[in-house]
Amino acid sequence: MLRLLFRLSLVSLAFLILVACDRHQEESLPGVTEVLVPEFGDTFIEASIGDASTLLPVLAADSASSAINGLVYSGLLRYNGQLELEGELAESWEVSDDNRTLTFHLRRDVRWHDGTAFTSSDVKFTYELYIDPEIPTAYAEAFSQVNRIETPDPYTFIAHYDVPYAPALLSWATAVHPRHLLEGTDIIRSPLARHPIGTGPYRFVEWVSGEKIVLEANQDYFEGPPYIKRVVYRIIPDVSTQFLELQTGSLDFMGLTPLQYDRQTDTLAFRRNFNKYRYLSFGYTYLGYNLRRPMFADKLVRQALSYAIDEQELIDGVLLGYGEVATGPYKPDTWVYNPDVRRYHYNPEKARQLLAEAGWQDTTGDGILNKDGQRLAFTIITNQGNDLRIKTGEIIQRRFREIGVDVRLRVVEWATFLKEFINPGNFDATILGWSGGPEPDQYNIWHSSKTAPGQLNFIGFEHPEVDELLERGRRVFDQQQRKEYYDRFQEILAEEQPYTFLYVSEALPAVSRRFRGIEPAPAGIRYNFQHWFVPMAEQKYAR
Amino acid sequence: MLAYLVRRILLLFPLLLGITLISFVVIHLAPGEPTDLQTQMNPQASAELQERLRRHYGLDQPLHVQYGRWLARLAVLDFGESFAGDRRPVLDKILERLPITILINMLSIALILAVAVPLGIISAVRRNSLFDRGTTILVFTGFAMPSFWLALLLMDWFGVRLGLLPISGLKSLGYEYLSFSGQILDRISHLILPVFVSAIGGLAGFSRYMRSNMLEVVRQDYILTARAKGLSEHTVIYKHALRNALLPVITILGLSVPGLIGGSVIFETIFAIPGMGKLFFDGVMMRDYPLIMGVLVMGAVLTLLGNLLADICYALADPRIRQS
Repeated sequence: MLRLLFRLSLVSLAFLILVACDRHQEESLPGVTEVLVPEFGDTFIEASIGDASTLLPVLAADSASSAINGLVYSGLLRYNGQLELEGELAESWEVSDDNRTLTFHLRRDVRWHDGTAFTSSDVKFTYELYIDPEIPTAYAEAFSQVNRIETPDPYTFIAHYDVPYAPALLSWATAVHPRHLLEGTDIIRSPLARHPIGTGPYRFVEWVSGEKIVLEANQDYFEGPPYIKRVVYRIIPDVSTQFLELQTGSLDFMGLTPLQYDRQTDTLAFRRNFNKYRYLSFGYTYLGYNLRRPMFADKLVRQALSYAIDEQELIDGVLLGYGEVATGPYKPDTWVYNPDVRRYHYNPEKARQLLAEAGWQDTTGDGILNKDGQRLAFTIITNQGNDLRIKTGEIIQRRFREIGVDVRLRVVEWATFLKEFINPGNFDATILGWSGGPEPDQYNIWHSSKTAPGQLNFIGFEHPEVDELLERGRRVFDQQQRKEYYDRFQEILAEEQPYTFLYVSEALPAVSRRFRGIEPAPAGIRYNFQHWFVPMAEQKYAR
Repeated sequence: MLAYLVRRILLLFPLLLGITLISFVVIHLAPGEPTDLQTQMNPQASAELQERLRRHYGLDQPLHVQYGRWLARLAVLDFGESFAGDRRPVLDKILERLPITILINMLSIALILAVAVPLGIISAVRRNSLFDRGTTILVFTGFAMPSFWLALLLMDWFGVRLGLLPISGLKSLGYEYLSFSGQILDRISHLILPVFVSAIGGLAGFSRYMRSNMLEVVRQDYILTARAKGLSEHTVIYKHALRNALLPVITILGLSVPGLIGGSVIFETIFAIPGMGKLFFDGVMMRDYPLIMGVLVMGAVLTLLGNLLADICYALADPRIRQS
């Protein structure tokens, strides 16, 4: 307890500094001046758009399941608020000098929620589970790079790789599964899918399909029990309903839309009950050009189109200002981000000039540029259901028209979008987004070996230097060295403009004011959830 | 009569087979597969994974083989397992959603009847009066109003501003700790808005049917006779006219039997009610073939049985049908 208190005061100090230097901070933060001793109790209620599919992490692929699994299970490693890997089930870990062996020293005081002791055999079992060809999991890729594993004693786990593989560390943040409950059973039909047993800060209580999932503080959690006693996930498929529930106080947390954040939560009542936060989320939206199309083969054309787009206008119009201009695949506040790449500030003159250089001129007088009898006209496709992308497309359409490029916008249902257009490479340009994480490896998206139908380099980007940089980047663990490779990688992308990188949007969560201990950091606000608490006097739910 | 019945029941089987075949083919024609959620646009998913998953779900087999397997399972009333991550039996998934769907649909039909029948009668009796015109405008406004919009307005008004009713869900958070009467009250308060919203659209239809039937009936000679006998207007309307005017309405009610298990995606989504509509919709979006087929088969069986029931009733009432 003392240790926790100490940590808390340290943390509030760090918090003060953060508040001082982070311009993204809302003014109405919980007063850091009040000195509060964390207290146990109360319930945290949030809503999810969809029901979880399965609470067995190896089979789960949806965000609702992952959110719950994140609290019920733990991995060997996890990200802290500064997006650095830290030990969770592993007390410490070492990377061998040749970068090909990872050794994890496991905590000795960890028990599964049913009381069984956690050992390295659980980690071994988890690894075997992920590479088992019979298990339909989407996360086998990183584990398939492992050559062999060793468990010399119950608290040591060693993984050997044929070649150094930097994203491997992240893969060991995967939830560890309980061997004693799963070994020899039919995993796909395991009862654990509906009633998980993990090692995490919260243990499972009940799941009423389509209604709610309830978790409760794990009193034996190895880092000490979390303060908030219960967590309830209500399934509310409609965001307008969620917002109404938030206003009545039936929900304690919600990610707001820019419109809600900006226009609908500025009331006195809302400010009295909620704190709003904003921080850049991982992921960016882009306009990708199909490089197999002759008109996009010329770099000048792509650069011209980038000059013709006013990214700030998109952010102001589509995100109501809650976002930042993207210059590459990484978000601006991470270590790997390179700020010194070529930028394409809105400049229609320059755009026209570059297009003229590339041979595109309006010789027919119809307002549309042409070259060798072909008009500079193409179709941008995007998927249905993402309003932001459609609006983005409409604004871009108008800007392109101004420089004499005729663009049509086509919105297609997701499954059709992938099957008929993206996977076979049957498109001109597309507005899409990538979500990512702190791990900078972009091999699957940009390497020239990933251009086959159905793979992620669907725009057909091929660049020998990028290939080499990506290969090197995933073979070293040293951050400084990796940054060199990825800095150059970002420079090339900025110069080549295979995508016009558009914007990174902000996450805009609102949290009930009674919750304290929230410390905004590069990782957002949820990373230290187990340290959130409600002062006794403000606790709302007694049971 | 018995021969007629047997013939009708035997005819159901090829019909059902045809329905399942067409449904099966159509849902497999839609682009996308259940594996897409896990594999598409996922940097961690490899090409082998896609193949492995397809094998796992049996999607690598030709369509007729898949249909044959599905049909063989259905023959022993096994709807198979859902393709969603939890792999639960489709039947379980449907059964846990049925009670609430049926409850809301029954309550909403009851509400519609309770309001629409008197409305229709009074409108007919006082034809072209201010009341008649007023209700016409009212019920058609209700009919034309998008239900999600009305729902949101009501939720905002009764839930947020007045704080009288819960906004969404079926039970309050502390439901387990309430007294028995408190639990009943809690349930009822959660049902008021959803039932009202789902009923309001149906008011127009029913009250108009009722009104036109009533108008039709009061023009009949036997009503004239009743009046000529010197019966009170009340007796004429409620005893002689109403019964005859209700008959066609009962037919329409019979036809809405399969509708009892069908939910509306829109209001289930808005009110966060885990009903059949949402289950089916999610199943379609995820291309969860066994689940889609399960819901469709249930709907088809109920529709066929409903029709059969209606036909039997007709047959009982009308000897001409029996003999043909």
